[in-house]
Amino acid sequence: MNAYVGTPTSRVDGRAKVTGAAKYAGEFPADGLVHGFVVEATIPCGRIARLDSTEALKVKGVLDVLTHANRPPLADADEAWKDEVAPEDGSPFRPLYDDSVKFNGQPIALVVAEDWETAKFAATLVRVEYQEAQAFATDLEAERGKAAEVKKPHKPRGDAAAALAGAAARHEADYFIPTEHHNPMELFATTAVWDGDGRLTVYDKTQGVQNVHKFLCGVFDRKPDDVRVVSPYVGGAFGSGLRPQYQVVLATLAALALKRSVRVVLTRQQMYGIGYRPATIERVGLGATSDGTLDAVTHEATAITSRYEDFSRNDAGWADQLYRSPNTRFTHKLVRLDVSTPCDMRAPGAASGVCALECAMDELAVALKLDPIELRLKCYSDRDQSEGLPYTSKQLRECYARGADAFGWSRRSPTPRSMRDGKELVGWGMATGIWEALQMPVAVRIVLTSNGHAEVSCAASDIGTGTYTIVAQVAADALGLPIENISVRLADSTLPQAPVEGGSWMAASSAHAVLAAAEEVRKELLRLAGTMPGSPLAGAELADTVLIDGRIATTSDNSRTVSIADAMRHGNVERIEKEKLNQFDEDKKHARNTHSAVFAEVKVDEQLGVIRVTRMVSAVAAGRILNTKTGRSQIMGSVVWGIGMALHEETVMDPRFGRIMNPNIAEYHIPVNADIQDIDVIFVDEPDAHINALGVKGLGEIGIVGVPAAIANAVYHATGKRIRRFPITLDRLLD
Amino acid sequence: MADVAHQIAERIPINLVINGVRRTLDLMPWTTLLDALRDHLELTGTKKGCDHGQCGACTVLVDGRRVNSCLTLAVMKDGAEITTVEGLAKDGALHPLQQAFIDQDAFQCGYCTPGQICSAAGLLAEGHAKDADDIRELMSGNLCRCGAYPNIVAAIQQAMGRP
Repeated sequence: MNAYVGTPTSRVDGRAKVTGAAKYAGEFPADGLVHGFVVEATIPCGRIARLDSTEALKVKGVLDVLTHANRPPLADADEAWKDEVAPEDGSPFRPLYDDSVKFNGQPIALVVAEDWETAKFAATLVRVEYQEAQAFATDLEAERGKAAEVKKPHKPRGDAAAALAGAAARHEADYFIPTEHHNPMELFATTAVWDGDGRLTVYDKTQGVQNVHKFLCGVFDRKPDDVRVVSPYVGGAFGSGLRPQYQVVLATLAALALKRSVRVVLTRQQMYGIGYRPATIERVGLGATSDGTLDAVTHEATAITSRYEDFSRNDAGWADQLYRSPNTRFTHKLVRLDVSTPCDMRAPGAASGVCALECAMDELAVALKLDPIELRLKCYSDRDQSEGLPYTSKQLRECYARGADAFGWSRRSPTPRSMRDGKELVGWGMATGIWEALQMPVAVRIVLTSNGHAEVSCAASDIGTGTYTIVAQVAADALGLPIENISVRLADSTLPQAPVEGGSWMAASSAHAVLAAAEEVRKELLRLAGTMPGSPLAGAELADTVLIDGRIATTSDNSRTVSIADAMRHGNVERIEKEKLNQFDEDKKHARNTHSAVFAEVKVDEQLGVIRVTRMVSAVAAGRILNTKTGRSQIMGSVVWGIGMALHEETVMDPRFGRIMNPNIAEYHIPVNADIQDIDVIFVDEPDAHINALGVKGLGEIGIVGVPAAIANAVYHATGKRIRRFPITLDRLLD
Repeated sequence: MADVAHQIAERIPINLVINGVRRTLDLMPWTTLLDALRDHLELTGTKKGCDHGQCGACTVLVDGRRVNSCLTLAVMKDGAEITTVEGLAKDGALHPLQQAFIDQDAFQCGYCTPGQICSAAGLLAEGHAKDADDIRELMSGNLCRCGAYPNIVAAIQQAMGRP
């Protein structure tokens, strides 16, 4: 019964978003609301020797200046501060905990005032003297020699170093990916509403209300019922809202200290003091026989982290899933610096690691005089080599074929600098993308009322990904109701269990939880209908029933049917409420991944070095697409991210002061409308009988992976210059 | 310094016609039009994304022209007519741009959307955009981190009556 699943359904939250009715964390009103403004450290490492709030407190309207010296109690144990996605190793950052300074931009005080402007002004009057550390370090390349290896699951196979050294064709190089910041359009914000008696309703910008809820209860020693975390709309996050960010601690701290409702909104500049994609040097080595058969793959990622937490992801292991090779070695190293801890950012690990791998594959193809697609097909792996497992499904070959066809790849002249459009050099490049198809336990509650309406609720977030819409689609189909009769409630910590929204797992996870809860509703309706006098459904098996057009019917005989209204009337019930936690069976026999083939056309002004991305084609195999409209948008947006990663985005650190030099969106460049031209998204048909009942894999990350490499490869094809330092800015191209 | 700042500043009474309704406000001279809307009138449809005129999320129409309300002091607009995203729909019917943004899926998180729609309304009134390239150029003051740009262009084209 698929009236909605798989169709281009418009967002159910669309009207709220285009009329301004959708409320974000910093927009919820409260009686007596006061405002906090953050004071940041201006050194990267040391101690606060003296912090003087006297002048700030003299300003009319200032209520308090909270610091490590006068704050209410905070938990002392690391366990309280470790949220559900905190790195395993390390001690999480604790704002206003003590006098130590761990990174430039660290919050060291919160000025609370009657209005925002007063708090902001008074924050400039807080005087701070520091005892600076003798030495500090913030530069990856300068500290590369101090990198320490961290444990990763990918085991070496064969002898990669020897095979690489002896290969007929080999390529080995460093690729540099800079630090990047998420820069969601919404500023990080929390409105902590004082409900009296120490109880709080916390409106927070987060990708996981239950993660924040548990964290706040631990950090502030509260009982679960004392704190409710709500986040109905999230103005973008892209990973930056996975962990509780410091403004939620500060707003809660101030609300408890003042026993009033407090709002803390970070400035755009202050948002550069939270998480980021870590700068990484990706060293990739590829060795092949002269016909293009891979014999060796080495990939060593060296990434930055903070001094207090070891954050790392899988950068280096992706070749094990993409390309057959008997000899491999994958390593991940960390350089600990005087910076804040990195965090997940769209396709963490893969966006950086696969970028390097796919640039290296292009370089190897050039060395072998092979078409880049042909090389990839020669090395194509039908198994995840790390575990020796087949995939639940893998239509990557079809992605290459469909993408190449749509792009017109067969018309490519292989020689660099051989294609022109007037004054501009034209370059065509391609790359492969890969991500995981994860799924997590999620619970959903459905309340069906006898008027044929259903409320579907779950603590999951919708960060712009379309969760509201796909939950409504799946529920409408499973309950046999028009989508207009479904209302969806999300992102309230009191609702049924959900993990953080991330890793591309929420579509599959929430959809199957809806199915599980809907089955419970159907079971109850069948019970009610089956006991009606002369019921056409007497004796019907649950598995042989379906809800359709407001009725329950058997699938084998459509005439055996009872309307939902009649069944509920007979049972004398106004509402049926069912909650179900869905867990996926563990499948150790298959690898689970999404794949893509990405094609890019660039035009380069040779005199000025200006690069324009004029066409992109992304052919994606990600199982069944629940909503072709929002799904296409998600891939398109990810491609825009990849264009930014290739050409624009770079957080620049001044190593003399350990301070970010471009903490704003005028100098940290993200793509604007004029940077983006044609983006063609193709969903390759990929039936998957193994992964889950609906065959759904998730789309949040796959769209960015491979995009920067495809563009870098196109720039090489256009110009003959191989730029291995991202972003590829015109100065690097002209250098 | 603190005392000085508070000695020289007094609240200034101003009138604004916001979405057709006349509002009288007593505001400090440094209060931006954006903060006046969000903090004093609870019109939170207009968004703050940078407070520096870098992102366009705060775009509103002032006397029909699109402006960054974060770079506009409210007291400078005494007597002006302000249209925000809350004022575009009439009698429950969405503005053609609002409907087009839904139809073309021209947003994901929705945070830049009010600014995009107000900016697009200003662009249509200006009458300079003839094709997709013009729209891209003239909408480049409104950042969208979800990357909905092609759909935003399509939505504006739909509202212009060009399929």
